[in-house]
Amino acid sequence: MSGPLRIHVDPDKCQGHARCKALAPELFTLDEFGNAHEVGDGTVPAGLEEKAYLARANCPEIAIDVIEK
Amino acid sequence: MSDTSPLPEHPPVTDWVRDFDHTDPHWTENPYPIWDQLRAAGPVVHTDRFLGCYMPTTYEAVRQIAHDTEHFSSRRVIVRDERPEVMKNAAPPITSDPPYHKPAKQLLLPPFTPDAMTKLEPRVRAICNELIDGFIADGQCDAAARYTKYIPVRTIAHMLGIPESDSDLFIQWIHMVLELGIKDESKLGQAVHEMTAYFDGHIEARRRQPTDDLISTLMNARDKDGQPLDDSHVMGSLRLILIAGIDTTWSAIGASLWHLANHPQDRARLIAEPALMPIAVEELLRAYSPVTMAREVMKETVVEGCPMKPGNMVLLSFPAANRDPAAFPDADKVVLDRKENRHAAFGLGIHRCVGSNLARMEMTVAIEEWLKRIPEFRLDPKGAVKWSQGTVRGPRQLPLLFGAAG
Repeated sequence: MSGPLRIHVDPDKCQGHARCKALAPELFTLDEFGNAHEVGDGTVPAGLEEKAYLARANCPEIAIDVIEK
Repeated sequence: MSDTSPLPEHPPVTDWVRDFDHTDPHWTENPYPIWDQLRAAGPVVHTDRFLGCYMPTTYEAVRQIAHDTEHFSSRRVIVRDERPEVMKNAAPPITSDPPYHKPAKQLLLPPFTPDAMTKLEPRVRAICNELIDGFIADGQCDAAARYTKYIPVRTIAHMLGIPESDSDLFIQWIHMVLELGIKDESKLGQAVHEMTAYFDGHIEARRRQPTDDLISTLMNARDKDGQPLDDSHVMGSLRLILIAGIDTTWSAIGASLWHLANHPQDRARLIAEPALMPIAVEELLRAYSPVTMAREVMKETVVEGCPMKPGNMVLLSFPAANRDPAAFPDADKVVLDRKENRHAAFGLGIHRCVGSNLARMEMTVAIEEWLKRIPEFRLDPKGAVKWSQGTVRGPRQLPLLFGAAG
């Protein structure tokens, strides 16, 4: 079994659609301009893997990476 | 009202692929088969109308153009018959290109975050219920004229700090800018002139007595050198907020109710599964995206193998992109629980709609409150649904009967 997933939002690509925050509020946070960032270092807690993939699948800017270690 | 004079008519379209026209009555009535036909012809098509205009027909071509601010300018955001001189600070940031775009946009983003919208939500719920109170006892209503129209306009008025009772005035200006203005320059000019005079009064009042609203936010904004915005910038952004925030969401809520009137099974599902609402709203946004934008080709380039030449406009149809079967399986079907939905209803790239969180909140609240009080409704077979023409598409007449079909 591999380690936990990690997510990363590319700040140059994110345009603040905020779809990730709506779908996976545990994994993403929005700044004062409404642009998204991963919570903490982006490590996906066990049980939230599906939400990480769902957020990636719904980002119109393809700004979210899900990194499988 | 001054909009009763006949508009110059465009000749009817006989060859959609080489001569498309988004103001043609067939397009207004039912654009989906037309888009399929254009997409089958190629990823980018061209018309000589509107002094020359391309249309990307696929999601991928729309995405590339929306992201390419080097070859495509936003200085004109409506495809129109004429191309008069560009107005300085027409409506920043939507009409701004880099490097002016980012600072203009950043001023507007904080008041429109999801958290800010949560604070506004109770007012929107109250507006919806006040409107429903006005017609529910009649057993029927034109939902476009009495419900969907007033939710966004009253909400925006509330945010700007201007009287909600001026709503009909704002709607008339928007009609002149977004519909009549496509073919009649004088209507556009008149609306801009009247809006400027209106906002001048409100700006003046705030100089004497500052308030806590969006007008004051713009007046108090400072650029990176600590300087206040140019008066024309403040005015342009106010015009943008008023114009962009009303017709658009009016259309999206109206199209959603139109869909739910026609699809009792979707209506029943939303009532039975309220948690589905956020995902369903995204799907309704995809399927019935109201907003088509424009770009102007500034430098020659090639998109998806198609050469694009300066001097032409681009009809940037996010609605057509969202119906591209290469990007969305069953693109022509509304799948309320669609799992993967990278729809472009709010645009793509740096011009992502500033008001997207507001629009989503208004749509969600408007549908929820309607379904709570009018769970059963259908189109009135004796009435006709009428759709708006041009840049923003949605029902402008939506006669509904309440109660199950008997």
